[in-house]
Amino acid sequence: MINAILVFNNHGKPRLVRFYQHLAEEVQQQIIRETFHLVLKRDDHICNFLECGSLFGGSDYKLIYRHYATLYFVFCVDSSESELGILDLIQVFVETLDKCFENVCELDLIFHMDKVHHILQEVVIGGMVLETNMNEIVAQVEAQSKLEKAEGGLSAAPSRAVSAVKNINLPEIPRNINIGDINIKVPNLSQFM
Amino acid sequence: QDNIAVKANAVCKLTYLQMLGYDISWAAFNIIEVMSASKFTFKRIGYLAASQCFHEGTDVIMLTTNQIRKDLSSPNQYDTGVALTGLSCFVTPDLARDLANDIMTLMSHTKPYIRKKAVLIMYKVFLKYPESLRPAFPRLKEKLEDPDPGVQSAAVNVICELARRNPKNYLSLAPLFFKLMTSSTNNWVLIKIIKLFGALTPLEPRLGKKLIEPLTNLIHRFLISLSSGMPNHSASIQLCVQKLRILIEDSDQNLKYLGLLAMSKILKTHPKSVQSHKDLILQCLDDKDESIRLRALDLLYGMVSKKNLMEIVKKLMIHVDKAEGTTYRDELLTKIIDICSQSNYQYITNFEWYISILVELTRLEGTRHGHLIAAQMLDVAIRVKAIRKFAVSQMAMLLDNAHLIASNTQRNGICEVLYAAAWICGEFSEHLEEANQTLEAMLRPKVTTLPGHIQAVYVQNMVKLYASILQQKEQSGEKEAAQEITQLMIERLPQFVQSADLEVQERASCILQLIKYIQKLQIKEVPVAEEVIALFAGELNPVAPKAQKKVPVPEGLDLDAWINEPPSDSESEDEKPKTIFHDEEQRHSRHRQPEIDEEELARRREARKQEQANNPFYIKSSPSPQKRYQDTPGVEHIPVVQIDLSVPLKVPGMPMSDQYVKLEEERRHKQKLEKDKKKKKQKKEKRGKHHRHNSLHTESEEDIAPAHHVDIITEEMPENALPSDEDDKDPNDPYKALDIDLDKPLADSEKLPVQRHRNVETLKSPDSEAPLVEKKSKKPKKKEKKHKEKERDKGKKKEKEKKVIEEEEEKKKSSKHKKKKHKKEKEEKSKDKKKSKKKSHHSEEETTESVQNGTLDDEPLPVSSWALAALTYDIQGNLQNDSQVTVSVIFENKSTSFLKSMELNVLDSLNTKMLRPEGSSVHDGIPVPFQLPPGISNEAQFVFTLQSIVMAQKLKGTLSFIVKNDEGSTHEKLDFKLHFSCASYLITTPCYSDAFAKLLESGDLHMSSIKVDGISISFQHLLAKICFHHHFSVVERVDSCASMYSRSIQGHHVCLLVKKGENSVSIDGKCNDSTLLSNLLDEMKETLSKC
Repeated sequence: MINAILVFNNHGKPRLVRFYQHLAEEVQQQIIRETFHLVLKRDDHICNFLECGSLFGGSDYKLIYRHYATLYFVFCVDSSESELGILDLIQVFVETLDKCFENVCELDLIFHMDKVHHILQEVVIGGMVLETNMNEIVAQVEAQSKLEKAEGGLSAAPSRAVSAVKNINLPEIPRNINIGDINIKVPNLSQFM
Repeated sequence: QDNIAVKANAVCKLTYLQMLGYDISWAAFNIIEVMSASKFTFKRIGYLAASQCFHEGTDVIMLTTNQIRKDLSSPNQYDTGVALTGLSCFVTPDLARDLANDIMTLMSHTKPYIRKKAVLIMYKVFLKYPESLRPAFPRLKEKLEDPDPGVQSAAVNVICELARRNPKNYLSLAPLFFKLMTSSTNNWVLIKIIKLFGALTPLEPRLGKKLIEPLTNLIHRFLISLSSGMPNHSASIQLCVQKLRILIEDSDQNLKYLGLLAMSKILKTHPKSVQSHKDLILQCLDDKDESIRLRALDLLYGMVSKKNLMEIVKKLMIHVDKAEGTTYRDELLTKIIDICSQSNYQYITNFEWYISILVELTRLEGTRHGHLIAAQMLDVAIRVKAIRKFAVSQMAMLLDNAHLIASNTQRNGICEVLYAAAWICGEFSEHLEEANQTLEAMLRPKVTTLPGHIQAVYVQNMVKLYASILQQKEQSGEKEAAQEITQLMIERLPQFVQSADLEVQERASCILQLIKYIQKLQIKEVPVAEEVIALFAGELNPVAPKAQKKVPVPEGLDLDAWINEPPSDSESEDEKPKTIFHDEEQRHSRHRQPEIDEEELARRREARKQEQANNPFYIKSSPSPQKRYQDTPGVEHIPVVQIDLSVPLKVPGMPMSDQYVKLEEERRHKQKLEKDKKKKKQKKEKRGKHHRHNSLHTESEEDIAPAHHVDIITEEMPENALPSDEDDKDPNDPYKALDIDLDKPLADSEKLPVQRHRNVETLKSPDSEAPLVEKKSKKPKKKEKKHKEKERDKGKKKEKEKKVIEEEEEKKKSSKHKKKKHKKEKEEKSKDKKKSKKKSHHSEEETTESVQNGTLDDEPLPVSSWALAALTYDIQGNLQNDSQVTVSVIFENKSTSFLKSMELNVLDSLNTKMLRPEGSSVHDGIPVPFQLPPGISNEAQFVFTLQSIVMAQKLKGTLSFIVKNDEGSTHEKLDFKLHFSCASYLITTPCYSDAFAKLLESGDLHMSSIKVDGISISFQHLLAKICFHHHFSVVERVDSCASMYSRSIQGHHVCLLVKKGENSVSIDGKCNDSTLLSNLLDEMKETLSKC
């Protein structure tokens, strides 16, 4: 079983978080932080496996990660998964992302987080590997986005959303929505893959 | 519906925020709204958000059951897929139970995309609802041979997960997997299968041999997984280890790691073959990669023997010194201790060496494992008698140098060691050479900076030390010295009395009083040593950790029995606490008044002082303990003592373990020579000496004799302890529930709950399912005489058959064979009932059932063999046509015979008519389009047209069929009633609060309300019930108040406002049609009154 799939960038900012067992948000963030620190201090030429001790509440768990340009892809798995297999799966996942986004980069993951999740759902479901064949995954993802387009998609939503918001009489429109976390440094980003 | 787009967008953003660590569970309700959107785009967002933030504790999750079910049966495969994916993340036991059947149906969906998802989800369902495993397993097995490789791999995946926890139940699948393994080309499947075999082979040794051939073919690709696959074939193991060596020497770090991992798996079964590669493993310890070093460490654990233990530990100690990073160093430390202490110190030949290793380890700074070292010291000192003298001397040195250990920081974990040191010195004080010195060391003011629990141990053991010194002095007649030491104690102890730690304070003040008393006696020149030492007489033996559990329960002791009968609950609770409070207060005041005397006052003063002392803002009037201490005359002694220590301080109090290694080597060498000379003699001697205590040492590896005659005391167990190894298992293991024998045929009681109309039981625990079925099969009969006559004839022919018509809770009629004598009274009864039952109340139904069950009791028949057929039905509104409903009927053959030519006929009413094919008359039945082999059930749908939906309807019907078995065929008939409740005309329709408000404002709705008392279930359950049974959806919920909405097939809007009071529920309804509303509310009242 896969216990968690984490993607974060070189600064430890989470870009994709998927836990297959419920944990409170604080615990999740704690795990992400600790994982990040564990992974960060390893240089690129040592092995991709890492025992994480009691981080996930059991010694059976293992971190398997890959580092692509600005992003770390970390899978936390138990002993029933083959290490090399998972390493392969990460590769498949990233290649799929690359195909779906056409040259994927960190920004894609930020702006299309839902889509990334949907792609992931075609690869791993409930902690178990669903499909490892890239073409099959891409086909299913595309079929679904076609369906979405046929419905007008969420992209058509903003304009409607604006009109809807205008109709709602908010007592005061919140002016400062500060999500301090999103600091996008575009020039720094290099494409990975 | 612009609104939903906005909501979806917002929920999507919330999902992003959730990732950044913000709790979004407050939006659960909105997420459900988005989930129930009709557009795939929104639905998908809703499910995504749900899968990120829903869990078993989310209470609104119950409201999703119907929505998920609808999505699961959606014609669009992606709707289904999204629902399955979402479900996989937030499935709860309730959802699992309610949806298990739906998912099982999806396992044979036409699209492989859905099939493979459904198969994977089943594993999650099994975990949450283990009862579903047995019914679902045959289908799961089927999927192993699915034409689609994806589905196949999913099935393998699920079975592997299941088998990993309880392999023995899956042995019967081995041949199937064997076939798969040789035929499959999918790497994933192969890896999983090999892992599965790894779990199976220990249980079935023959399997191992069979596997070798195919595995050797795969060996190059799957070497890694393979290592766990074949535990018992020495030749292949050799091959394996050779290959692994190549892997480990590889430059690719990943392969190296995996090689080591595989090695450790082999080590468990074949330690010998791995031990020869010790050099390689030790080499890996120098690797720059921490993961690899840790793996290597793991391996070392299994590789030690008496011969190489010292050498390995020495290497490890070097690493400890070199290691940067506390985590790795801590890991090393624990490994060293693990390695040494494994299997009851089996490999340690020289405990002096071990103690000195432990002492050396205390020099590590900032380790978290001080307590571990302490525990080891205590354990060794207690259990190895021969080592005590040495241990005590070492510990005394530690105590002397306590300032080195405890100096740096308060939070230093290593000071735990002092705990052990103090205890050992105290307990075995008779071995102490310079007890005075140690006592001084323990009384140093620095000690008060240690953590409380350590101080407490210090205080306690000081007295032990003191006692032994006292005895010593008295024996040698040095009265002065004895009094001196008492004086010292009295002077120094107050510093502990002032401790902030309660335990220390209490012990210290006790002991201070004791010593003051001793001093008085000493002044009178009474010899006291004997009595003081008697305080600590008796030896402490180690107790096994499991000992407590193993104490047998004495006869006649019933722990569950009440000692005092609990007070009955009938007393009104409002008053009781009041009176108690009152009483108590009186008592208190009565007692207190006279007792506030000097003592009390003194105590209060003391307490106040304490408080002030602890209050940092209060300027203390008394000097701090340290300052005060310096005024006392005893202070000059301390520096002297420390100077005395100059010799051990050179190597600051710690002997080097290396010396022991050398010594040991010499000793071994000598021993060998000696042994050559007089081999036999020594052997005998050794046997004689050792045999009593420890056979382990003498039996294995006889060429290395331990340096000490080691006496490892085994841990104590209570007398008549029950020998059992079972007690290690964790009863809370979620996987244990899945330990189910899968080869037994399915019993009826295990059928998955099918979605049933108005089935209250589905909301209860699954356990109620079994008795329910039993009950149903013994159901009362209300049958026309004619039919019974026929039955009786048959009964005479020894055929005991029972027919059961199961029709939900609504109308239950069953005909069954009965013994003749029961028949008449039965008939009367049922007639009575018919009269009394005009409205076919469910509750009445229940009572008749139980009464008649009573009459049936003298006829204990197994259930399944008597029932012929069962009907279950569900009425669903038809969206396309406003005057049609579809009734899905599940026919189940419960007999052992074949049922065919089934025909269903319903007596039409004016309002409701069954839709028959063109050209047939109203009296013709509709043939059921299938036949039923024994034990099979199938579903057929019948369409009914109706004119008005405002009233509930009941239709009589008959099912006729031919029973065919070996003895020929008979024509049979079942009568039943279909109940069309008003709720069955409603269609769950989501509604948004603004639309809802508009609807209410429009003013063209009729209003009516009901109130039901005596409701004890939670509001959550209540809503879920209304949603489930009456097809409503929740619009908004605030505390214990909710608005709900539904729409009839003819477009009536029904709005409800449900409020929960203390013990009652009031429901206000608004609807276009007042009759419909009042009927609906009546039905609801009935459902609720059953809760």
